[in-house]
Amino acid sequence: MNNLKKQLLAGPYLIWIIGFIVLPMIMIMIYAFTNADGAFSLEYLSAITTTTNLNAIALSLKLGFLATLICLVLSYPLAMILSSFNFKHQNFVVFIFMLPMWMNFLLRIMAWKLLLSKNGVFNSVLHTLGLGSFNILYSPTAVILGMVYDYLPFMLLPIYNSMVRIRKDIIEAAQDLGANNITVFFKIIVPLTLSGVVSGIVMVFVPALTSFAVSDILGGGKVLLVGNVIEQDFMQGMQWNAGSALSFVLMIFVFISMALVNQFDKDGEGTAKW
Amino acid sequence: MKKDLINFIDISKSYGSNMILDEFNLTVRENEFVTLLGPSGCGKTTTLRMLGGFETPDTGKILFDGEDITYLPANERKLNTVFQKYSLFPHMSIADNIAFGLKISKKSKAYINDKIKYALKLVNLDGYENRSIDSLSGGQQQRIAIARAIVNEPKVLLLDEPLGALDLKLRQSMQYELIRLKEELGITFLYVTHDQEEALTMSDSIVVMNQGYIQQIGSPEEIYNEPENAFVADFIGHSNIIDGTMIKDELVEILGVKIPCVDRGFGENKPVDVVIRPEDVELVDPSEGYLEGDVVSLIFKGVHYELEVLANGYEWLVHTTKLVPVGTHVGIKVIPFNIQIMHKPESSDEKAVEIDE
Repeated sequence: MNNLKKQLLAGPYLIWIIGFIVLPMIMIMIYAFTNADGAFSLEYLSAITTTTNLNAIALSLKLGFLATLICLVLSYPLAMILSSFNFKHQNFVVFIFMLPMWMNFLLRIMAWKLLLSKNGVFNSVLHTLGLGSFNILYSPTAVILGMVYDYLPFMLLPIYNSMVRIRKDIIEAAQDLGANNITVFFKIIVPLTLSGVVSGIVMVFVPALTSFAVSDILGGGKVLLVGNVIEQDFMQGMQWNAGSALSFVLMIFVFISMALVNQFDKDGEGTAKW
Repeated sequence: MKKDLINFIDISKSYGSNMILDEFNLTVRENEFVTLLGPSGCGKTTTLRMLGGFETPDTGKILFDGEDITYLPANERKLNTVFQKYSLFPHMSIADNIAFGLKISKKSKAYINDKIKYALKLVNLDGYENRSIDSLSGGQQQRIAIARAIVNEPKVLLLDEPLGALDLKLRQSMQYELIRLKEELGITFLYVTHDQEEALTMSDSIVVMNQGYIQQIGSPEEIYNEPENAFVADFIGHSNIIDGTMIKDELVEILGVKIPCVDRGFGENKPVDVVIRPEDVELVDPSEGYLEGDVVSLIFKGVHYELEVLANGYEWLVHTTKLVPVGTHVGIKVIPFNIQIMHKPESSDEKAVEIDE
């Protein structure tokens, strides 16, 4: 009786899961594995081997990887500094770093476009100083910059959270046992923040891999990521089968990367060997 | 005479305007079990943290084995700490926790393995090497923390209220374990607690502290039987602390009654504090006592009854094994030897902590 009640409580969520998660996935799969006539076919799946698609996948992986790496390199020291602050307004400072997250995503990217454009703020300043100009807009560099700017909070927050959870007495215990600062960092702080790093990587890499708006605006159509190809398939070419096939492949990449990252996490947590 | 191992010399420390320690001096000798005892905020933990290397004094210095270690970083000191919250490394197995210090000092694998086995045996947790920290109870975690500290063979083991988080039964058995460990290892223990019973049970020497000042240093017996001032008397167990006047040598007046005592040398007609332990108050026939009074409350405490007797306007705390019902008219008697006479505190610091009575 009690069990039945519990199952009934889960009902609405089950309907949600089936209606909005499982069914759409199945539909993507169906589109991916059929041709325009609706017959089973691997035509579109095998079409990902075209140069355009392969290039887009390679570029997506490359930019996603670089953006994630830069976010990590920027966030980790920042999280350490923020967590070591011992003052009243610590939360406020963290809040400031999180603030851009709550502003419209497109707005932030458009702002970068204005900043970086030929006659934009940066170039005006450089020109006034007589330092010439630089043009990174509509290049992969600009796309990486936009990704880093957009996704940095998603890397910072989990790392910061895992960092502040480390009790001060744990650090003191390590020092007490003879550990210098370097040993404390590698044997205590890094292992204890690994789970934060892993969630940060997932939170940045997955959206970076599938992003299309950043590359659309800051890449100006010159930087073609998987997301852009999929968008074109659906919106311009009405190629639902091709778009679904590419989405399906992208999803596999996401699964693989998450599995890799989780594997790494398990190794890190479990062994803690020297 | 044992050799001096640790000297605190004229240590002062304050946080902002808050004075924690003022001209603090203390010597700890080799192989002693010394307890710093006092209420929270008395400076005992700060003292320990300075020795551990986690705080530096504003003035004064700390000598360890004759060497000035005042500003030596924590990781270069030849002593280890058992922290109040155990502070085990949550991402490591028990063996890795214990091996942490040994690996840093680059001991051989065989040596480390031997030491882990030895330490686990010492704390009665053989075979726990590969367990995770989460699977241990509080008492077991604390024993691992002790094992992790002692494998490094420190000259001094610092213990910061290590039993505070444990329940009464476990605390008592851990007290015996600590005494046994101290005897087996032959190292110096510096122990911080606010629990007077813990201090009395384990220590060779107790340092009673309050408001950054040492109130008394002595063996547990001395501290208990001959408290130097009302603070110590009150802090070490419940006591009757009564305002009195020393009429002359061996005669004191309290509550309007002159009572013989054994103390001398206080001068004549000097105001003093008189301490009488509850177990030293004898209840006799009203005609035989120094004072007469009525039992106003009675609580059964297991080993004894705890009574309050109202006599001459003072509520006497009395421990007795005889059942004396509430309302009984009794006489109060104390043998001279059990009356402790103490000087009234001279500085305001000494009476800074209010006494309940």
